[in-house]
Amino acid sequence: MSNFVQGLKLWFTPARIREEGDTPDYRFSLANERTFLAWLRTALALIGGGFAVDQFLPDLRWGWRIGLALALLAAGVLCSLRAVNHWVRCERAMRRGEDLPAGRFPTVLSLVVAVVALAMVVVVLFGWEG
Amino acid sequence: MTRPEAEPVRDPGLQPERTRLAWRRTTLSCTVAAVLAARAVLHGGATVSGLLVCALCLLLWLGFLVVAHRRMLALTARRPRTLGAGAAWTAAVCTLALAVCAAVMAV
Repeated sequence: MSNFVQGLKLWFTPARIREEGDTPDYRFSLANERTFLAWLRTALALIGGGFAVDQFLPDLRWGWRIGLALALLAAGVLCSLRAVNHWVRCERAMRRGEDLPAGRFPTVLSLVVAVVALAMVVVVLFGWEG
Repeated sequence: MTRPEAEPVRDPGLQPERTRLAWRRTTLSCTVAAVLAARAVLHGGATVSGLLVCALCLLLWLGFLVVAHRRMLALTARRPRTLGAGAAWTAAVCTLALAVCAAVMAV
């Protein structure tokens, strides 16, 4: 939990990262940046999925359509927040020479996506007419 | 501020180029989301609020493009600086705000 609070503090004082520790090899920073971008793309894909559910499944019952779309959009929001958070924490760990942070977010995200996908299959198969 | 490092050998892994391509891919993903936003308004009937949200989405997309473009220019340097926290935040906030726009359109 204290990690979480520390992470939150970093969000509001991002300029400090550059002053901490030693500047790592630029290649490591670039790799970290690409990871950040990959997470951002995941977020954008989830958001695109949210748009798509709303637009391409118009025959679904309102509640299901909105629920699925909002679940995907919320996952997208969480993903983009986590992208920055993880990037900041990795950058700091590299500067301090610490281990890179590990978390449960990827597992949780994949479980959420699996649940949404299953729900979509069930809803499209059985609830098409609404 | 880049310090002269021990080994001045050029990176054979083309890291800056790969990072530039990663920015390109991300811009493309953002474009797809923006196009879907525009499509939502075109098909859902052009109400005033719908058009406003769509305009906001396009602005967010432009913001993303600007950040990506500036970063891609910065990556042409021999030893690119670390991504700035401001740029990272702008990109993430544009993404997040797109999601909020999508939620507003859906409900």
